[in-house]
Amino acid sequence: MENTVDKTIITVVGKDTVGIIAKVCTYLASSQINILDISQTIVQGYFNMMMIVDMTKADKSFGECADDLEKLGEEIGVSIKCQKEEIFEKMHRI
Amino acid sequence: MINSWEVKETNNMVEQENLDVRTITIGISLLDCIDSDLKKLNDNIYKKITTVAKDLASVGEKIEKEFGIPIVNKRISVTPIALVGGAACKTPEDFATIADTMDRAAKAVGVNLIGGYSALVSKGMTKADEMLIRSIPMALCRTERVCSSVNLASTKTGINMDAVKLMGEILLEVAEQSKDRDSVDCMKLVVFCNAPDDNPFMAGAFHGVTEADAVINVGVSGPGVVKTALEKVRGENFEVLCETIKKTAFKVTRVGQLVAQEASRLLDIPFGIVDLSLAPTPAIGDSVADILCEIGLEYAGAPGTTAALALLNDQVKKGGVMASSYVGGLSGAFIPVSEDQGMINAVEANAITLEKLEAMTCVCSVGLDMIAIPGDTKATTISGIIADEMALGMVNQKTTAARLIPVIGKGVGDTVEFGGLFGYAPIMPVNQYSCDDFINRGGRIPAPIHSFKN
Repeated sequence: MENTVDKTIITVVGKDTVGIIAKVCTYLASSQINILDISQTIVQGYFNMMMIVDMTKADKSFGECADDLEKLGEEIGVSIKCQKEEIFEKMHRI
Repeated sequence: MINSWEVKETNNMVEQENLDVRTITIGISLLDCIDSDLKKLNDNIYKKITTVAKDLASVGEKIEKEFGIPIVNKRISVTPIALVGGAACKTPEDFATIADTMDRAAKAVGVNLIGGYSALVSKGMTKADEMLIRSIPMALCRTERVCSSVNLASTKTGINMDAVKLMGEILLEVAEQSKDRDSVDCMKLVVFCNAPDDNPFMAGAFHGVTEADAVINVGVSGPGVVKTALEKVRGENFEVLCETIKKTAFKVTRVGQLVAQEASRLLDIPFGIVDLSLAPTPAIGDSVADILCEIGLEYAGAPGTTAALALLNDQVKKGGVMASSYVGGLSGAFIPVSEDQGMINAVEANAITLEKLEAMTCVCSVGLDMIAIPGDTKATTISGIIADEMALGMVNQKTTAARLIPVIGKGVGDTVEFGGLFGYAPIMPVNQYSCDDFINRGGRIPAPIHSFKN
């Protein structure tokens, strides 16, 4: 049987600048978090990214990752939010 | 797979439209705490509450973080204390010590309100019931977090008019003793007809005797989400309007269902129900009255209000029951005055009266809620208002309630400030004619017949 995946949605919103994706991805790689999907757009100078990641093998707890990413966001000047996928799944799928 | 548009919609609901889980409430049975020794009883109660609910606050925070959804309140409801304290309490003062214990336990586990200082007297009062009711002013005055409710009537038993009369007097007593704080203690006291056993919302929450030892009930909110959704369908016909409310209610309720299941899993306490009420707060955009305006009324209270509210309430339920198999509690639209900025505006514009609010309670949950009335209102008049509200619930087989705040020292034209989530309220005029002889008759109003529906 396939291993169950622990999907988390990461959203990054804020003013566009160089290296946002690089910094977020570096953090994820260093924490053993696998990226499953990325979509990104720029609307009127605003950076908008949604990532679906798998945290099954992460070496930190969900809470720590969420705090780290929030802090990272503050450093870059964007807002980074981590949420478990279920909330979206439940809301938008019957 | 979830797309970015859906993620954005959910996050907008939380960030801009005030979507939140209003409360996770643990219902705790205290029946196994009963003892004829008062001290032992109090010790048992404290131990049971602080054991069962010890992780409630931390679990709430964990869920908040994982899903990015605010959980505004964590609360506890317990078995009606009149049943629990009957064997040990010989005086109203004895009962009040149980309120002290509940307050202490609530503080120890970090919940902001604890409900269940209650008596169920829809047909008659035992000595314990009456002592508990007489102790309510003392109990609410001495404690911060204890909420009290009394079930005065039901469709199956009729209305206990002796208790209705007594509650009019008790309410004034509660108002009198907190008069230096605009009679705010009255906020913690509500009377019911057909009170549900699994209501997670305060002040009326108690853990019914039909419930398991402990149970998780969750109340969701989201008037702002419904309002925003309706802004996009302005001018469309009723079919489109109803579809939109249903779909939105579905999404909101799903959040409650998810949070309830997660809380149940983490606390290892069975999941009871999701209460899919639209519960407003004084925050701008978090108003049920604003939804009524969006449906097409200039102010809540204008002709058409009752129909609009009936529609809203029904569609919320229809969307909600699809989202959760276990819906319970009060489930519907709340129409408190002080907690809803749109409702306050309507009162200030003289668009809505006490009588119109009463009519609205026929088609929604729950009743006359958070309504400030002049402090010189007679006890019998208050009992009369309560009796009217009880009659609506009894005949229509629904839950109705009254949470009135007679503000001592203030009259029509004044405003009272309750603070925080409770908001403020302009004092509403009350019909000046007397119902003394009616209330003073004594006895009870028999249960209604449920054939010959007219």
